[in-house]
Amino acid sequence: MTGFSAGYSKGNVGVHDIQMEIEPRAVTAIIGPSGCGKSTLLRSMNRMHELTAEAWVKGSIELDGSNLYGTNVDPVAVRRRVGMVFQRPNPFPTLSIQDNVAAGLKLNGIRRSDRDEIVESSLKQAALWDEVKDRLKQSAMGLSGGQQQRLCIARALAVNPEVLLMDEPASALDPIATARIEELIHELKADLTVVVVTHSMQQAARVSSHTAFLYMGELIEYDKTEIIFTNPKVRRTEDYVTGKFG
Amino acid sequence: MTLHTDREYEADLQTLRQHFLRIGGLVEQMIGNALQATFDRNEQLALSVAESDKEVNRSELEVDELCLKVLALRQPAASDLRFVTFALKAITDLERIGDLAVNVADRAAELSREPPLQMYPELGRMAELAKAMLHDALDAFVNRDAVAADDILTRDDQVDELYWRFFRQLLVVMQNDRTAVERAIRLLFVAKHIERLADHVTNLAELVVFMVRGEDIRHPRSRLSEEATG
Repeated sequence: MTGFSAGYSKGNVGVHDIQMEIEPRAVTAIIGPSGCGKSTLLRSMNRMHELTAEAWVKGSIELDGSNLYGTNVDPVAVRRRVGMVFQRPNPFPTLSIQDNVAAGLKLNGIRRSDRDEIVESSLKQAALWDEVKDRLKQSAMGLSGGQQQRLCIARALAVNPEVLLMDEPASALDPIATARIEELIHELKADLTVVVVTHSMQQAARVSSHTAFLYMGELIEYDKTEIIFTNPKVRRTEDYVTGKFG
Repeated sequence: MTLHTDREYEADLQTLRQHFLRIGGLVEQMIGNALQATFDRNEQLALSVAESDKEVNRSELEVDELCLKVLALRQPAASDLRFVTFALKAITDLERIGDLAVNVADRAAELSREPPLQMYPELGRMAELAKAMLHDALDAFVNRDAVAADDILTRDDQVDELYWRFFRQLLVVMQNDRTAVERAIRLLFVAKHIERLADHVTNLAELVVFMVRGEDIRHPRSRLSEEATG
């Protein structure tokens, strides 16, 4: 990310002049108080930010050396390479478990014969296969919240993204379901780059190797997670992680 | 200094700090009394030291318990985490210093019941140095002063050197006067306890540096050999 700024309307600045390099095949956490711009930054990474009517961006975000905001870049293609999972599990309510995972594949024109195999491998990668293999045709709404979230992760993984963005992926889940998601995040980094936005500092500390602290749209500090939580260099980071804010 | 948003958490950390300082003050007083009892041959004063040790031991348990509570319930981070780990480790050193003060006081009580032995100035200087080191280490903790803590480390070498000089002087005493052997050994124990005490103060000072700067400066020699072997 180079000199990257984004906002929701003219005169509104969500994030300002962000400069950071995200470690490939690792987990990066973005922390900061509400309204600091962490979700804006995350949504900018797969061009979902611009879906808001008056949204604007400046600067560049590069993936494998090419600017995601370059001219002629198709935002839909970007979102295929950079998947996203949201705070609340959002499976398609009318579709079966199997069809939820296959939804993106259908849109991408993958043949039915190949789809079943990808559905299985995606569900396995999302650590959900054993729990749902006997009821693939049933509605996704019959799954628990934690299972639904893993289903959404499987759906995102099915199109084989290079990067997975997670916006508060466990904030609506109980501690056991949260632990499963965190365990899954650890496994995912073997194959892809993960960026997690989280309100829980303990979660950031548990899952990530690098942590970025955002405050009022500015990147205050970005370092190894261990440093951010044991010996941060900037006073505002120190105050935030020790709970001395506002 | 900015306070924690959660006042109960702030209060827990303040209590921990106060407990630690109270024990520090108590231990400082114990070591002062034990040394004074040695030089003044004051048995009563020597016996009072063991009483204070009971309170130190009780407070050690309280500090440990509070540290565990904060770790379990608050998951402290950054400077708070360093403070709690400091307290957990440093309290052990303080408690050991208290034990050593009792050991010195026990020898002082025994020596006070026997004919006096010549006191070499080295023992007095060791005692003054060690006491000042402890006082300054506690001050460095209060003021969060890593530079002052760093300075304490160099003073331990002076204590060690004085100890060996005193040791050789006592050897001569024992060789020349067989009737003085028992008393000289007691006095040698006093010196050894002071030397160990200074080692524990050094640990304390190293922990203060860690708490303030987040830098672990212990065992520099081991680190060098580790780096050399890669």
